[in-house]
Amino acid sequence: MMTIHTKALGDLDIDERQLLTFQNGLIGFDKFQRFALLDAPQKPYFYLQSTELTELNFILLDPFLFRPDYEVDVPDELSQALGMKQADDALILAIVTVPPEGGTITANLMGPLVICRNSRQGIQVVLSDPRWQIKHDVMAELATSRK
Amino acid sequence: MLILTRKINEKLIIDGTIVVSVIEVRGDMVKLGIDAPRSVKVFRSEVYDAIQAENRQAAASGLQLPDIGLGSRE
Repeated sequence: MMTIHTKALGDLDIDERQLLTFQNGLIGFDKFQRFALLDAPQKPYFYLQSTELTELNFILLDPFLFRPDYEVDVPDELSQALGMKQADDALILAIVTVPPEGGTITANLMGPLVICRNSRQGIQVVLSDPRWQIKHDVMAELATSRK
Repeated sequence: MLILTRKINEKLIIDGTIVVSVIEVRGDMVKLGIDAPRSVKVFRSEVYDAIQAENRQAAASGLQLPDIGLGSRE
């Protein structure tokens, strides 16, 4: 167990297995490589909290919840670099933007996070499939996926 | 920054595996061809800039998370 400072939840005891390393950081935030993956109090959100900068926290969702047809092609070189041994080692999560003043919450499906559960190494990839955009309206997609 | 001058149909080779060719020059537009191994990702810089901008917005998200009606993750 260790204690980390979080933006959303104050000081928190976490298990070391919740720690993730993004060797390249996230795009535009390459100086920060160490994060903790936390359950947000509101399900089914997660927080990706930097352990190096308390103010740096991302909100994540499982993209398959609202886009069951979502696809992320993980090339062999990448899965090896992350230490993946089998397909279910890969955890795919989307970064969510929640406008602070309220409004539509969106998920970035063009730049998802690919995380290896075993090595706990992650990377933000950029997909070139035109179906996956930077802003997907989560509620609208959810409504469509339930039809 | 290394700056090289090339004519139409001339190429650059980067690291022995990536070939950049000048295909067409018309006005202020340059058409480039890129041959690279599959593991080399090539993107217009606007795509990276857009993801970077979205990451910044995401990091400034409100912490009041809207209920999306999917409470039962387990």
